[in-house]
Amino acid sequence: MLSQNIVNIAYLVSAMLFIFGLKGLAHPRTAVKGNRIAALGMLVAIIATLLSSKFEWQYIILGVAIGSVFGAIAAMKVKMTAMPEMVGLFNGFGGAASVLVAGSALVAAMQYASANAPGIQMKIAIVASGIIGSVTFFGSYVAFGKLAEFLAVKWKLYPWQKIVKYGFSLIIAAGAIWFGVISYREAGTPLTIGLMLSGIAIGGLLLLKKDRFPGMNTLKVVLGILTLVLGVLVVLNPWNTMLFWVLVGTSGVLGVLLTFSIGGADMPVVIALLNSYSGLAATATGFVINNNVLIISGSLVGASGIILTNIMCKAMNRSIANVLFGVLGPTSETPSADDVYAGKIKATSAEEIAMLFDGARRVVIVPGYGMAVAQAQHAVNELANLLEQKNIDVSYAIHPVAGRMPGHMNVLLAEANVEYNKLHEMDEINPMLPQTDVALVIGANDVVNPVARTDPHSPIAGMPIIDVDKARTVVVIKRSLRPGFAGIPNPLFALDNTLMFFNDGKKAILDIISAVKES
Amino acid sequence: MDNFVMILTVFILAIFVGFEIITKVPPTLHTPLMSGSNAISGITVIGALVLAGQINSSPLAQILAFVAVIFATINVVGGFLVTDRMLKMFKKKD
Repeated sequence: MLSQNIVNIAYLVSAMLFIFGLKGLAHPRTAVKGNRIAALGMLVAIIATLLSSKFEWQYIILGVAIGSVFGAIAAMKVKMTAMPEMVGLFNGFGGAASVLVAGSALVAAMQYASANAPGIQMKIAIVASGIIGSVTFFGSYVAFGKLAEFLAVKWKLYPWQKIVKYGFSLIIAAGAIWFGVISYREAGTPLTIGLMLSGIAIGGLLLLKKDRFPGMNTLKVVLGILTLVLGVLVVLNPWNTMLFWVLVGTSGVLGVLLTFSIGGADMPVVIALLNSYSGLAATATGFVINNNVLIISGSLVGASGIILTNIMCKAMNRSIANVLFGVLGPTSETPSADDVYAGKIKATSAEEIAMLFDGARRVVIVPGYGMAVAQAQHAVNELANLLEQKNIDVSYAIHPVAGRMPGHMNVLLAEANVEYNKLHEMDEINPMLPQTDVALVIGANDVVNPVARTDPHSPIAGMPIIDVDKARTVVVIKRSLRPGFAGIPNPLFALDNTLMFFNDGKKAILDIISAVKES
Repeated sequence: MDNFVMILTVFILAIFVGFEIITKVPPTLHTPLMSGSNAISGITVIGALVLAGQINSSPLAQILAFVAVIFATINVVGGFLVTDRMLKMFKKKD
């Protein structure tokens, strides 16, 4: 057994390792090492904890074993396109862990209630852990379900989606009822009804096939107030542990409601926000058990999530309140697709595009999530390499919301062996576009829509975009003229210097590659 | 209360440190940043471990903590491994 001082010093070391580790992420060259330094920090903290006292080992060993196996399998198997789902789910696990630790600490403290009643700090921290953790867990589950396309949808689900969707709803509702009945038998408080109702509400809401219903925003506000009131009651009356579980239940309903109405385009914001919450939940848990390393690490993660949320909001010109309460920008008088496109669309062929490249010196590729859906990233890299052999300067323009989470597109391209120094941020590439011969847009739509600059009434007004329209020629690879997430036509497609290549992303690029090789 | 002020100080200072180092992470690495910081938020595992292994604790407290250990360990192990996998893909030709 180590003395408490030595354990605390070990925690300090581990906090320092986390900070050094995150510092390593400042550059791709040092990032792998940085991540490993942070992992080392975690190992130090865990070992110090396990040496800090005498323990009953069975739950510890079993829990770590199960968690490690699941975690390792998930990390090895996940596809890079599915990273947002995985991070979403993991945010939720962090939240759940905080709720459970707070609950466990409360139950354990109540056992010795007469000996050492919890202080005010612990009580407030338990409430904070309960609220933030529960909102994070259920909010993340909704984000996961929406990204994996089985929540709030009308179409037919795959068997695994059905199992997860109905299984989760059933477990939450049945679990709350079961726990409620048992507690009622033991303690007899009518509060258990609150817990059961919350469980049923969560289970039921998650089965809805539409992501909005009338009065939803009012309900969010009411539940928010109810949650705060319950929080105060828990602080005043910690002996009643059922009150805490009711608080967790209503926070869960709030978490579901807050994320349920959020559309696909706003997902990057939500994932970043929940990332921040999972950190704050860990911080709150740190205040519960009076532990510095939890507070420090949680704050680092919280800060990271807030920064990313901000970047994502700016990239879409939305505010967080906008996203959470589902307010869309002004949507009046959007011109109809026919007015914008009629008679102005010029379709092109792979051969024509190959000829364009023949006379080009600089090409900028603008990928969107559609490229990843078509699994075209490897073909795109091949084309870029081919063009470089012809002494054409090729770079990639990455909009902050090009993927489904911050930095997602960069990972997808890195997986396809695109070197990271060729990936340019929007602010870097925009000044280069007027000197660009060909801008090749593949699977992107709203992020290159010039309406964002010109029409103050458009739903995407003010959103920063990649100025591909300023390039000499724009080639857009797209299956059809279908609108993007914003649901508006894109006048870029009708410009004089734009050529449309209607095709599947991957097939289009492969055709262009063979045409370039022949020319 | 003294103790509270001390850990509050730690909390506030840590947020400042967090903002300072995270703003230096380039957008290219934002996804690994999220998965990596996710793994770091799995630090809750140490609270869970203590409560899961506490001798003479109530069974309910232990079971809650046991489930917390599972969740937090998934976060830690899965988070660091997937971040490592991703970061190794970022290459530059010389």
